[in-house]
Amino acid sequence: MAELLRTHPLMAWSRAFERLPEPVGITVEPFVATADVRLASVGAAASEALGVDLPTVPNTWVPTGTGRAVWLGPDEWLLSSTTETPEQLEARIRAAVLPLGGSATDVSAQRIGLRLTGARVRDVLAKGCSIDLHPRVFARGSSAQTSLGQAGVVLMALSDAGDDYVVLVRSSFAGYLADWLLDAALEFTTTHDS
Amino acid sequence: MQLIECPWCGPREEVEFSYGGQAHVPYPDTPGELTDEEWARYVFFRDNTRGRFAERWHHSAGCRRWFNAIRDTATYRFERVYRLDEPRPVTP
Amino acid sequence: MTSPFRTAEGGRIDRATTLEFTFDGQTHTGHPGDTLASALLAAGRHQIATSIALGRPRGVAAAWAEDPGGLVQVEEPFPEPMLLATTVELSDGLVAHGLPGQGRLAEVADSARYDGVHHHVDVLVVGAGPAGLAAALTAARSGARVALVDEQSEAGGSLLGGADRLDDAPAMRWVAAAVAELAAHPEVLHLQRTTAFGSYDDGFVLALERRTDHLGTAAPKQVSRQRVWRLRARSVVVATGAHERPVVFADNDRPGTMLAGAARTFLHRYGVLPGRQAVVFTTNDSAYDAALDLHGAGVRVEAVVDARPAGSPQRREACERAGIPVLPGAVVVGTRGVERVTHALVAPFADGEVGAASPIACDLLLVSGGWNPAVHLFSQARGRLVYDETLGAFLPGEELDGLSVTGAAAGVLDLAGCLVDGQRVARAALSALAVEPAGEDRLPTAPEEVVPAAPLVLWRVPDTSGAEGTTSFVDLQRDATVADIARAVGAGLRSIEHIKRYTTIGTAHDQGKTSGVLTSGITAELLGVPVQDTGTTTFRPPYTPVAFAALAGRDRGRLFDPERVTALHDWHVVAGAVFEDVGQWKRPRYYPRPGEDMAAAVLRECAAARTGVGILDGSTLGKIDVQGPDAAVLLDRLYTNMISSLKVGSVRYGVMCGVDGMVIDDGTVLRLAEDRFLLLTTTGGAAKILDWMEEWAQTEWPDLRVHCTSVTEQWVTFPVVGPRSRDVIGAVFPQVDVSNEAFPFMTWRDTILDGVPVRLARISFSGELAFEVYVNPWYGVAVWERLLEAGRPHGITPYGTETMHVLRAEKGYPIIGQDTDGTVTPHDLGMAWAVSKKKPDFIGKRSFARPANQDPLRKQLVGLLPVDGQTVLPEGSQIVDFLADGRLPPPPVPMLGHVTSSYRSAELARPFALALVKGGRSRIGDTLHVPVDGALVPVEVTGSVLVDPEGARRDG
Ligand SMILES: [Zn+2]
Repeated sequence: MAELLRTHPLMAWSRAFERLPEPVGITVEPFVATADVRLASVGAAASEALGVDLPTVPNTWVPTGTGRAVWLGPDEWLLSSTTETPEQLEARIRAAVLPLGGSATDVSAQRIGLRLTGARVRDVLAKGCSIDLHPRVFARGSSAQTSLGQAGVVLMALSDAGDDYVVLVRSSFAGYLADWLLDAALEFTTTHDS
Repeated sequence: MQLIECPWCGPREEVEFSYGGQAHVPYPDTPGELTDEEWARYVFFRDNTRGRFAERWHHSAGCRRWFNAIRDTATYRFERVYRLDEPRPVTP
Repeated sequence: MTSPFRTAEGGRIDRATTLEFTFDGQTHTGHPGDTLASALLAAGRHQIATSIALGRPRGVAAAWAEDPGGLVQVEEPFPEPMLLATTVELSDGLVAHGLPGQGRLAEVADSARYDGVHHHVDVLVVGAGPAGLAAALTAARSGARVALVDEQSEAGGSLLGGADRLDDAPAMRWVAAAVAELAAHPEVLHLQRTTAFGSYDDGFVLALERRTDHLGTAAPKQVSRQRVWRLRARSVVVATGAHERPVVFADNDRPGTMLAGAARTFLHRYGVLPGRQAVVFTTNDSAYDAALDLHGAGVRVEAVVDARPAGSPQRREACERAGIPVLPGAVVVGTRGVERVTHALVAPFADGEVGAASPIACDLLLVSGGWNPAVHLFSQARGRLVYDETLGAFLPGEELDGLSVTGAAAGVLDLAGCLVDGQRVARAALSALAVEPAGEDRLPTAPEEVVPAAPLVLWRVPDTSGAEGTTSFVDLQRDATVADIARAVGAGLRSIEHIKRYTTIGTAHDQGKTSGVLTSGITAELLGVPVQDTGTTTFRPPYTPVAFAALAGRDRGRLFDPERVTALHDWHVVAGAVFEDVGQWKRPRYYPRPGEDMAAAVLRECAAARTGVGILDGSTLGKIDVQGPDAAVLLDRLYTNMISSLKVGSVRYGVMCGVDGMVIDDGTVLRLAEDRFLLLTTTGGAAKILDWMEEWAQTEWPDLRVHCTSVTEQWVTFPVVGPRSRDVIGAVFPQVDVSNEAFPFMTWRDTILDGVPVRLARISFSGELAFEVYVNPWYGVAVWERLLEAGRPHGITPYGTETMHVLRAEKGYPIIGQDTDGTVTPHDLGMAWAVSKKKPDFIGKRSFARPANQDPLRKQLVGLLPVDGQTVLPEGSQIVDFLADGRLPPPPVPMLGHVTSSYRSAELARPFALALVKGGRSRIGDTLHVPVDGALVPVEVTGSVLVDPEGARRDG
């Protein structure tokens, strides 16, 4: 039999995203292996076992070399890896944190990622996100679990200029959020496109 | 739209939170040994305080942590928030 | 049509451009910068409409949102009712007509866009008049993040409607420079046409921006017409100015009667003479400016009627120079005219007594009773108001954290004072935020002003007309008069809140902007109490009306409520599925073939699952990964049955209850490892159950080493159901031994399909032999298609939620939330077998022993078979019993319960139902009755399991 083909929840939206002008760029992030990591205390042993210092400052994320580590709670992180399969990542992380009383769960397909880039994407996000996204407050390395429109999201700032973000959203809400973002970005397009 | 201070995430809009009722009402150690009356007190009865009230809140749309708060039920003002592992603050 | 009342020059209108509009069927012209009201006044038209109750002619009485007279219905560019002519900016092609207090909603959908934006600042300044601009400049110069919002089309506030000078130049030049400076600060958001309409907790202010209305039909379609700004400020500066207050006298509602300051605004801002022959009636010095300015513009001012015994010694000389007669110690006691005022009736006034009146001809009667600070936002923020005896007005009476009031809104009524106060308040706000003000923060120089003579507080002129106050209007929009207040007081009402509701004063479109304080004053007078004791009614948002469309923003149409879909959604659409909403999920309800209705499709789908093989997209089921050494302990405490004894590789059905013992959810539990479980919850219970588990784990048992993670979208779930399901699964997953011996009911197995991990579980929600297939949704469509391909020889049939419901109901499997309602225990469902007797405790256990939960007459889940074999009982139908004589008991007929689920069964070849019935299990075999469409349908009570009660099929 042939290989099992992957499908992305936002395949049907890619054309609409491509038509957006540069100040409100939206691209779909590739699928990436992601684990939800739970660990009561983070220290040298955890860093050693995981090969990354999990961020302990609430609402921050750090790059890990092959992915990102995002603070979700005082004992919870999202850890992604572009070089492992979901099963490999879960197995590696679980093996690393189990002796420390932690746990790890494959959540690679639980959310999809959208990259928002451009001078006006902060204005687009401000239409549905109640937290302050000003770069003075929400600079590169900031993250937040909050609502965007009526969807729960994990939002990350990738730049200090307020022009580069990643939004993670539950896969079942992806179509809603894509529609919402296109609607919110509409005024920054030159022509009426409905 | 009031702001509620999550002990971890800081101030967020109240719609990100859900209310968990009166705080410091522990689940009984041995429910089977309670009388019907005592058990009903635990299940159905809570204080209805005017003024400072210790209550539970959940940052449901954010970090999903539970925490406690001292809130004035007459003014809605949150006077203190504290983590579950912190003792109930002494209020004047 | 010409505009005979347009001045030859001046005003802030663009005279080079002419706009055409239609009002009450007549075509007029105006200019950009006009409002509908100013353009009508330029055409000589004062009357806008007739009043709601009395049908009296009413006209423009103010220049902005406080106007109680000029309600219009706009027809073009889009129908919108209940707008004020004074706030409708003129656009080309505008079509409108006057409204007697009630409008008409559009009959077609509004195609305009609406949206909302969150914005955070250090300092929010509301109002771009002199105080607001001074405050905004000071805040902006410090480098703070600032928002300045103002409801007018351009900045300037009171300066727009006057002839003030600053720095030896027209004050509007300073305004322009201030606006330019603010625009140059990158952290300043300056919005005009933006009304702050609500002030809430923690510096939260809602403001409505009218973005495209002034562009008329040229408005760009991709831009929202209106926007609600959700402003969050660390400090709010309220610089909203003041509303001029009328004085009440008989027949004070005739068109041509106008607030003095409004006339000045129409002259200076719009280049319009509101009349040619004016009488000015005042209790304070501010109206003298209107008299002198109108005189300078060519209006014949017949008299300034000043109620103060000595008038204004300060202003008398200027009037004399201009030849304007001043009548101190006099009042206007009434008017003449019908559609327009023709005479003011002027009488001497001393010690509250009115002398004989004489008419003065006029087509314009200007009135000023002083100024009411616009304290709405302060009061909405729960600020306390105090009555100021000198101003005859309510002022902010306390300092609020994070909200301060400045300028005329704080009772500062002179230009220089407003500038200084605005700067002072902004500096105080910055200081509270620990922001250093800029070194260079200069204010413009205002010319020295003469200290005005003290105003007289006069709410009403005694009615000498014989009408006894019935034509002395307090609230023009409600046609409410002094007589109405007197009647309320006479009826014994004392509270201003009660008087408001009795008289309806302040409840109209304008929410009492001109009538509120008057009512307090007149009520206090009638009761003989201080005005402070009467107080004001509560100021509530919105300050001005806000369309629901604006509040909804983009949350409408498809975005009204999120639609959640599974990875298979596009496949379902192509397959012609009819969807149903399950919470926010879109789920296929059935897949009709050409010519099939739902009943036919469901019978076919059911038959396939019972006799061949069917397949369902069950991906919406909630899934929770539970890990940790104490995972089994937590689950033992939360489920009614024992989970810790479950073997790795096996599956168990479980029920969860609240502490009250009532079922909250059910589902299956897969033990993945000693320290790891996968929980399947109902679709609707997914989020609730995860929260429930977290609540207990975090708040009660933090010592348990266990973590719960939602994996609902991490797995698609496809039940493959029916006698041929084993063939299909065996064909797609050849590495798995699917025999009953190797892979029995209620076990699970992991396998790999072309490198992709797949989990198979023998779980049955249909009573048939069934396998559930779990895989990462990235591969969901591919695996689904493999299953369909392998099932084709067996006639595999995709089925939807309706068939799923029929199949489960035939087996008596309840749906939590449909067959239960929060008052149902596991025992009521006939599930005592799922309640552990070994565990010392679990959530809900103690409640089972409560006497109420032991009552044999509790409602219990049973099956119902309509005796006629035909009727599909409507879900929700009541169930009744006959007396021994075969007749209904007398009313009220006791209700025994209700139908919770009802379907046609292909398997039974008849309709059937599930129901909660009092003492239901003891009634099995009895005949009860269900009223349907006026007839009583006899039904036989049965056990809840109607198909394969032995379970031979699913176990096979
Ligand atoms: Zn939080």
